[in-house]
Amino acid sequence: MLEMLQLPLVVTAQVDLLLVLVSLLAFWTRLSHLNYPNAVVFDEVYYGQFVSLYMKRVFFIDDSGPPLGHMILASGAYLGGFDGNFVWNRIGAEYPSTVNVWSLRLLPALCGALCVPLVYLLTLELKFSHLSALGAAVLLLLENSLIVQSRFMLLESVLIFFVLLAFFSYLRFHNKPRPPSPYWLILSGVSCGAAVGVKYMGLFSYLLLLVVASLHTWKLIGDKTISHVILCLVVVPVLLYVFWFYVHLSFLNRSGPHDQLMSSAFQASLQGGLSRITRGQPLEVAYGSQVTLRSSVSQPIPCWLHSHKVNYPIRYDNGRGSSHQQQVTCYPFKDVNNWWIIKDPGRQQLVVDTPPRPVRHGDVIQLVHGMTSRFLNSHDVAAPMSPHTQEVSGYIDFNVSMPAQNLWRVDISNREAESEVWKTILSEVRLIHVNTSAVLKLSGVSLPDWGFRQLEVVADKLFKAHSSSLEWTVEEHRYGTSQEQKEREAELHSPTHIDVDRKISFWAKFVELQWKMLTVKQEESEHKYSSSPLEWITMETNIAYWLHSSTNAQIHLIGNPVSWGVANLSLLAYQLLAVVYLLRRRRGLKDVPDGVWDQFVCLGCVCVGGWLVNFVPFLLMDKTLFLYHYLPALCYLYLLSPALLEHAHTHLLRYAHQPLRALCVGALAVLLSIFLTYRTFCPLTYGSPELSAHQLQGLKWRDTWDILYRRR
Amino acid sequence: PNSFQTTFTPVSKDKNSQTAGHLAGGDTQSSNGPSGQFLARESIESPSKVLLMLVAGLSFSTRLYMITEPPHVCWDETHFGKMGSYYINRTFFFDVHPPLGKMLIGLAGYMSGYDGTFPFIKPGDKYENQNYWGMRGFCATLGSFLPIFAYLIVLELSNSCTAAIIAATLLIFDTGCITISQYILLDPILMFFIMAAVLSMVKFNQQRYRSFSASWWLWLVLTGINLAGALGVKFVGLFVIILVGLNTIWDLWRLLGDMSLSLVDIAKHFLARAFALILLPVILYVTIFAVHFVVLNKSGPGDGFFSSAFQSRLIGNNLHNASMPEYLAFGSTVTIKNLRIAGGYLHSHWHLYPEGVGARQQQVTAYLHKDYNNLWVVHRQQDNNSQSGNPDLVRHGDIVRLEHKETTRNLHSHLHEAPLTKKHFQVTGYGINGTGDANDLWQVEVCGGRKGDPVKVLRSKVRFLHRATGCVLYSSGKTLPKWGWEQIEVTCSPYLKETPSSQWNIEDHINPKLPNISLSVLKPNFLEILLESHIVMFRGNSGLKPKDNEMNSKPWHWPINYQGLRFSGVNATEYRVYLLGNPVVWWINLASLGLYLTMVAVASIATQRGFSLEHSLVLVRGGGLLMLGWLLHYAPFFTMGRILYFHHYFPAMLFSSMLTGLTLDILFRSADLLLHPPYSYWFQRAGQLLLLFSILYSFYLFHPLSYGMTGPLAHEPGSAMADLKWMDSWEF
Repeated sequence: MLEMLQLPLVVTAQVDLLLVLVSLLAFWTRLSHLNYPNAVVFDEVYYGQFVSLYMKRVFFIDDSGPPLGHMILASGAYLGGFDGNFVWNRIGAEYPSTVNVWSLRLLPALCGALCVPLVYLLTLELKFSHLSALGAAVLLLLENSLIVQSRFMLLESVLIFFVLLAFFSYLRFHNKPRPPSPYWLILSGVSCGAAVGVKYMGLFSYLLLLVVASLHTWKLIGDKTISHVILCLVVVPVLLYVFWFYVHLSFLNRSGPHDQLMSSAFQASLQGGLSRITRGQPLEVAYGSQVTLRSSVSQPIPCWLHSHKVNYPIRYDNGRGSSHQQQVTCYPFKDVNNWWIIKDPGRQQLVVDTPPRPVRHGDVIQLVHGMTSRFLNSHDVAAPMSPHTQEVSGYIDFNVSMPAQNLWRVDISNREAESEVWKTILSEVRLIHVNTSAVLKLSGVSLPDWGFRQLEVVADKLFKAHSSSLEWTVEEHRYGTSQEQKEREAELHSPTHIDVDRKISFWAKFVELQWKMLTVKQEESEHKYSSSPLEWITMETNIAYWLHSSTNAQIHLIGNPVSWGVANLSLLAYQLLAVVYLLRRRRGLKDVPDGVWDQFVCLGCVCVGGWLVNFVPFLLMDKTLFLYHYLPALCYLYLLSPALLEHAHTHLLRYAHQPLRALCVGALAVLLSIFLTYRTFCPLTYGSPELSAHQLQGLKWRDTWDILYRRR
Repeated sequence: PNSFQTTFTPVSKDKNSQTAGHLAGGDTQSSNGPSGQFLARESIESPSKVLLMLVAGLSFSTRLYMITEPPHVCWDETHFGKMGSYYINRTFFFDVHPPLGKMLIGLAGYMSGYDGTFPFIKPGDKYENQNYWGMRGFCATLGSFLPIFAYLIVLELSNSCTAAIIAATLLIFDTGCITISQYILLDPILMFFIMAAVLSMVKFNQQRYRSFSASWWLWLVLTGINLAGALGVKFVGLFVIILVGLNTIWDLWRLLGDMSLSLVDIAKHFLARAFALILLPVILYVTIFAVHFVVLNKSGPGDGFFSSAFQSRLIGNNLHNASMPEYLAFGSTVTIKNLRIAGGYLHSHWHLYPEGVGARQQQVTAYLHKDYNNLWVVHRQQDNNSQSGNPDLVRHGDIVRLEHKETTRNLHSHLHEAPLTKKHFQVTGYGINGTGDANDLWQVEVCGGRKGDPVKVLRSKVRFLHRATGCVLYSSGKTLPKWGWEQIEVTCSPYLKETPSSQWNIEDHINPKLPNISLSVLKPNFLEILLESHIVMFRGNSGLKPKDNEMNSKPWHWPINYQGLRFSGVNATEYRVYLLGNPVVWWINLASLGLYLTMVAVASIATQRGFSLEHSLVLVRGGGLLMLGWLLHYAPFFTMGRILYFHHYFPAMLFSSMLTGLTLDILFRSADLLLHPPYSYWFQRAGQLLLLFSILYSFYLFHPLSYGMTGPLAHEPGSAMADLKWMDSWEF
């Protein structure tokens, strides 16, 4: 014991000063003057609305990506005490003093800054020298577009950070002597889950990492570590991905602007909104029930079965005739004309018995329109807009030997999951016309002016099984009590409500939300600064992020043209070199030893592979794309360039002294020019100092760039 | 445990022989070497001949049975029959597919006595007395070769008659393959060439030990010819070209690693393939187009898609030996054509831009068809009335006002976003009877001209610069939505770069006050025509977007046979033909894909662990080729934005069926891994019989789909097909 006390207290620390230096510089470039400009910059206007909704815990759907990205931005806002009370309506709007701009932008900026040391470490894990690592870090450090993208409330830097972290930690695990500890592997899995959770594009990097990992583990089949790899790289990311949604859904529990996209059951689980209306409705639909029937198609907007006191025109514009009976449509707004009463065909009364007689699967019913008392009817008359289907009308007897055909059979399509009894909100019901066995459905076409542009409802014989345009759910529901028409109208006008909470499981919500996110089609239109992927490689385009409200100070997403050129050049050089090596190796000529060859292949897998998976998918996408989508791919190239240079230096030009010296001088010159271009474009990166129109003209290196300047 | 010992051969035992094989012949041979292979081949020779005859007989009889039924136009016959007629009549038309398929249809019709007079207006039209059997019979004959080719390909890949006969049986008794072969369509022709190319490629691979022999050359050249044929029918042929390309790269890679070959030999190999697989197909493909242009020399419905110069070739077109005033003058009535290929005519009509799309003024679009709404009148800045005497010529730099003849609105632009290209400004028709505002003025510039140059009709490239905003009249090439009648967007671009999109030429020119002069337009040369027609085809292809409200087929529907296509008839009283795969065949195919992947995984893990399974080489090599073929013919459809149909899956389905044959055969034969000899043999036989029986019985059940059915629909009571509607989405 005493001996131990006599030992000197020693701290041995190895500090990589280069690493510390680039990290400090990275923090300085990314974090300085973070709250300037004190105005909404570019896509902050888009992400900001979601941050506000988080602060207010209001449910929303965003089809641009999974929720983790939004949550990270929101947590930054939360730390800064943002209360969600800011209207994100236009780019350039000034933030009020109550909004802590610095904290809103802090997390993306931190991620952006950490990318620089990560690239340094990743190069080391690829088994290249500290000098190469420094080169890669400098390329990333002085890339204007990455700086711009990190300094605002945007998600690309977060995505890049997680992707790099995933690769770094996986390679660290792989390079450790066996048996390695699984901590790095777990970290890698977690980062993969996070990357996919931030943006769907992260999925492609994740798949690449899986491919690399499976190539590595293929050699180890039968080894025990394989189960670790599968567990950490497959199970962990999947669980995490679901976990983000769990947090998202349990956090956002209030109804909001996107409710109507979701099913009635989902809406009922949110506070306010539908649950306020439907609280306490009777659960089972009975004869005499007053209901509104909502079509299950929520594209493009929800609508309810509707009728009104106007008839179909006798002749349509194209000369076809109609039945001239009362119009039945689907109407996208709540309206008293959406109420229908369920009637037993064998009885006259329109009130609910005591006890209520519930309607079951297979029962035949009539539907009476609440306000006009017309029966829902269909017959062999061509529908107005979709002539191959039957017209649906509110029956009027014109004495023209056109008998009423108003019996409908109830077909509950999810009866296995729910029950045989028709339930409010939960049951999805098809109404099958008894005389013609056609099914009531929404045709998806809107009627012309005579139908007030409401949506057409038809009965279709040749139905497709899984078309949700056939399903209807009861949304609002109450038991009818008044037999007289007048009283009933008064009853229909009065609002409904009473109380119960409907439960829907997390998995059902998750599946529905995920499906909606993937299928919701937003109107994709061209944006003033959108571009096509091929323009990114040569940086034909830029994006104006912000312009000062009165001066010429402005921020643009423009990359460092010199670094950009270096990146493209190294991509080409790698491919060329790889082809030459491969062909020569096939003929038995080994230019480099096997160890170096493995290192070279690994570099290609990670960097060129990374570039490919982050770039090629965009070529196939039918979306509005922007220059910033290229940034993740670009980072891989910055990783590649110095490593390739080192490879050339140590292996290709080993004995050629003259070119070797030229290479070193060239590399230094390129580094210098990268720094100078960085300095040149700084005013457009940081938005200060303000430049004159003439200076701005000078910065327009390409004709296709859009740089703004005010006329004075 | 005993059986394991016998069938798994630990690698360590014959490691020496394996590595020797590696060095000698690359990694291409199994350890028994070429001689062993030939012995095996001879032993299967005789039964395979008989089986081949059987396959051929069944194939032809199923395809040619009831070939003339129904005696009316079915589905796309309305297009391809019509186009066949165009060849017979030598009328120029436009289609999104290359011409070979339609040329062959036309030829078949011509040979069988069809005179090209039937109009093919819409599906359901009765043929009456026309000789349509020749065209249908031709397609069915080509379609009948598919099972035969499948048989030969699988036999070549697996050396197993059983595998080959399974693949052929699947195809012979598939109702979908029968239906799609029986009508005047491009698909049987396309699939014939695809399968022929694959067969020649496989045969060629088999010749690898007899380089540069006559049969080696024969199969190589045949591969090239069939590739040209496949691409000449539809651009889907590109996928089989990729398949052959990958196979060739792999082959060359193998040769490169063969150290017994000198670099000169390898260069020879390379050049031979480059000649037969690149140069030869290109020459043939170009020849097809040359024939196409020579045959079709009369003006027809496709003229407007092409440039003015192209149209001047066509007899009957108003530009053929045209005569009109030579220089553009004020007061002339003109049509203005965009110089971008398939750019269309400047067009306007009585419809307004809808609410929310810029200003609510009259639409201005570009339109590909000739139409009186394409006419514009050239006016001076101010005056409206025509002056007496000779009209003044329009010169470079002049300010003009373009009045739409039909609606008397002026061509107008202003600082509103264009409907689709948001970076540009909107172009509208504005004002009435010539009164407008300063935004109606455009400056005419002749490209490459100087101030004062006159504007030559047809030959000058003209730009129209908007006076007020300085932008230039531009055709973006994007298709407007429904409100714009799916015509092409016209904008005013602030970017003044000279591109064909912003250049226009004056095509028709009417001015009674000027003398008409005969113009011989610069005739385009063949390469220009070829390039232009390809660009027009690609535009047309990508323009086939799915329409709103239309139920369109998704690629994931196809392998599960989710939904077919109605070829003929809708109602109970009509003669109905429904294109739908035989569900048993298709579901076996689908299951086999999964089975194949599992078996490959098992085999490769076993190999990695030091055991080698008996059939793993055939499984990986032969199966891999077929799997690749399936992927190449299926996966690209997921990325396509154009409208897709069920019948696009059929080429992939051929590969899938061949893979099934190979996979199931190996599965049956690998039964001895788990069962002892007599049982494993019984298992094998029972499996084969069960498979055969289920295919035959399902064909018996579903044959009315192909050969026609009448009576009530399947979901109605009393239908003969009542119990066969296994999926709700089928509509027969």
